[in-house]
Amino acid sequence: MNTAASTTDPALRRLIDQVCTAREMRTSLDIRGGGTKAFYGGVPRGEPLELQSLSGISSHEPTELVVTVRAGTPLVELEAALGEHGQCLAFEPPRFGGDGQAGRGTVGGMVAAGLAGPSRASAGAVRDHVLGATVLNGRGELLTFGGQVMKNVAGYDVSRLMAGSMGVLGVLCEVSLKVLPLPVAQMTFEHEVDAAQALAWLSAHRALPLPVTASSWFDGRLRVRLAGARAAVKSAGQQLAGRAIDANEAAAWWRNVRDHREAFFVFEESALASGESLWRLSLPATAAAVHPSGQQFIEWGGALRWLRTSADAAAVRAAAAKAGGHATLFRGADRSAGAMAPLPAPLMRIHRELKAAFDPAGVFNPGRLYADL
Amino acid sequence: MNAPLTSAPDDASNLAARRAQVVAALSRVLPRHAILSRAEDTTPYECDGLTAYRATPLAVVLPETEQQVAAVLKACHALAVPVVARGAGTGLSGGALPHTLGVTLSLAKFNRIVNIDPRACTAVVQCGVRNLAISEAAAPFGLYYAPDPSSQIACTIGGNVAENSGGVHCLKYGLTLSNVLQVRGYTVEGEAVTFGSEALDNAGLDLMTVLVGSEGMLAVTTEVTVKLIPKPPLARCIMASFGDVEAAGNAVAAVIAAGIIPAGLELMDKRMTAAVEDYVHADYDLDAAAILLCESDGTADEVDEEIGRMSDVLRSAGATRIEVSRDEAQRLKFWSGRKNAFPATGRISPDYMCMDSTIPRKRLADVLRAIEAMEAKYQLRCVNVFHAGDGNLHPLILFDANDADQLHRCELFGADILETSVRLGGTVTGEHGVGVEKLNSMCVQFSAEEREQMFAVKRAFDPQELLNPGKVIPSLQRCAEYGKLTVLRGLLPFPDLPRF
Repeated sequence: MNTAASTTDPALRRLIDQVCTAREMRTSLDIRGGGTKAFYGGVPRGEPLELQSLSGISSHEPTELVVTVRAGTPLVELEAALGEHGQCLAFEPPRFGGDGQAGRGTVGGMVAAGLAGPSRASAGAVRDHVLGATVLNGRGELLTFGGQVMKNVAGYDVSRLMAGSMGVLGVLCEVSLKVLPLPVAQMTFEHEVDAAQALAWLSAHRALPLPVTASSWFDGRLRVRLAGARAAVKSAGQQLAGRAIDANEAAAWWRNVRDHREAFFVFEESALASGESLWRLSLPATAAAVHPSGQQFIEWGGALRWLRTSADAAAVRAAAAKAGGHATLFRGADRSAGAMAPLPAPLMRIHRELKAAFDPAGVFNPGRLYADL
Repeated sequence: MNAPLTSAPDDASNLAARRAQVVAALSRVLPRHAILSRAEDTTPYECDGLTAYRATPLAVVLPETEQQVAAVLKACHALAVPVVARGAGTGLSGGALPHTLGVTLSLAKFNRIVNIDPRACTAVVQCGVRNLAISEAAAPFGLYYAPDPSSQIACTIGGNVAENSGGVHCLKYGLTLSNVLQVRGYTVEGEAVTFGSEALDNAGLDLMTVLVGSEGMLAVTTEVTVKLIPKPPLARCIMASFGDVEAAGNAVAAVIAAGIIPAGLELMDKRMTAAVEDYVHADYDLDAAAILLCESDGTADEVDEEIGRMSDVLRSAGATRIEVSRDEAQRLKFWSGRKNAFPATGRISPDYMCMDSTIPRKRLADVLRAIEAMEAKYQLRCVNVFHAGDGNLHPLILFDANDADQLHRCELFGADILETSVRLGGTVTGEHGVGVEKLNSMCVQFSAEEREQMFAVKRAFDPQELLNPGKVIPSLQRCAEYGKLTVLRGLLPFPDLPRF
């Protein structure tokens, strides 16, 4: 993209003007893609900065394994375009929003939230697939970091820092992502075990060269997905005992886990009103089962534990910290105490300094990540 | 900002006084044997793997405990002394080049493997542990650490974190960033800090993304938790010959287009092949204009299937000869030449400069043709090895450092390759880092605003810019001077780009 001063793109020009105005007027902006993740992080505030007009795939070179896409492009549109070439986003980002809304989540929102789906433990995180980004900072400058190539260590990797930044550093305008071939073969099997047995099974198989690309445990059922070359899936399937699940049922299961359409993840107003919350616990995969109260859903080989509970925040955070990880309030009625786990002082200081380095006037997404950012 | 690296202070007595002051402060926090300040003791530290650049630091310290590291940082911070952290000193871009007014912080004593956890598939190691030593320690559990830079026998994990090192297997398994979970270290103020976590993510911003690859400019790393992965039961390698380099380049794209991600995909040109064959005797095809090494790993069935598919693709892409490794010994032999490309080059030329740019794969043939033209222009020879799978070039420019004009032409040749790579849609460094070597080329790749944003990131971690100052990001002034210089030589690569 061109630099801010010389850009003639009307959608971009409008964003730059809005940012410059907000900076001068000392107001704040709420960066919005499809608005499907407003529930996540701190409560959005500020004047909306709409990204949906900044849309479209700028380039897709299947043999380069790279796609460059504007931030407001619907995620489902990008995935459909990749699918035409037998490619995918290997980290399976969630597509939130109920019926009629699921198509609205954008690529920019996906990167800013930094959430990966069932394949995270094997395929890597969002940040592992970000190759470059064009970012509008709080001074209204249009900056490009990274690039369209697989390996790039020229300067600090600011483009990857955007993944999971919740928009507090700048507006993602365009992003280049690494894409991968869709797996040729898949197979899912199931064991009926309790949570402790499921975690033991996952730990016992982690060091084996098996093409495991997803796992889930819920309500007495451990499900494990194998994917890759036909021969690899076949031989691993023979090696692992368990009941194979019908391919369509398996595909629907992983899709519903990924997009939080599985019943465990669905929160009606009544559940929220009753004080029940959904917590996301990111733990070492080998951590013992935590927090007996409430329902639990395990993913990522044990490294991600979802809790549906009415327990208070301090208890959940303490349990996560004791297990060596952290807890995020993923869905809850009351986010006033902060959705993200608090940071140690030296890290919080670096966060404040980084915020000031990108957005000195504090224009972007105030409070989405931490109250004082 | 980039100026004080090699410039002398006002006079020698000032330098001596400053050295005495700094050594006195360090003596209060370190045992005497952990401080080197006499010229004969600091000489071994005057450069890293980029030997063309040398500088003498005020002192070199070799702390043995984390408490000592913290104390050194506090002492240096109090006196506003620059600190340059150093691992094995194998870096190829001058990232560990000493600061003449600074302290070189050697982390060589931090060489202990703290823990291997085969259930979690992680290893906790001190920063000075060698890359290969991690895989060796994990081998009894059937595990290994995937990133494998060619220098893996010597380079340390702390240095790998600093450089975001890759290697021949990173196409399939990722760079250092994707294989490191947690980094413990110290801020410039000497305060303990932990980045990442033992889980798969952490609360707040993902600071690992900027820390890894920051070339020691944001914090000092002391301990690293890495991800180990199961060693594939089998690996086999195809050696394919091509009659022209363009066909080899197209074959690389064809393999990827077929939906295959090889475990390694490397290209060597004819001259490189000849040089390594002389050195390792691996039966390379000396008639081929280029050879590709294309590896598959996994279970026996999986590898058979993939080798079959890859062979078909390579054949239809015009391979003139295809040989598949029969056994592990032959596979290692295929790789021995590639892994020894640098020492083999050392035998055919008194000196060589290794470049490290990345380009989109489809421009491989274009860049090779451009390099050929540059050989004529700069009157120097160049041999080529590429991590072709991810478009990462390692042209080795041959020269004689005793001839000042050759060194000068070599630098211009190198800059020309880097800037051509940027013009072809690539980047000035794929895995070796910017260090001091590619500072000028950073002026071409990034705008003044982008560079200033990077400085701001540095200051967020290190407000006084004391950690490895002068590396990675060129100052506005330096870029202005570089711009003038290249204009004068009539070589300005992008006259239409806004620059200052």
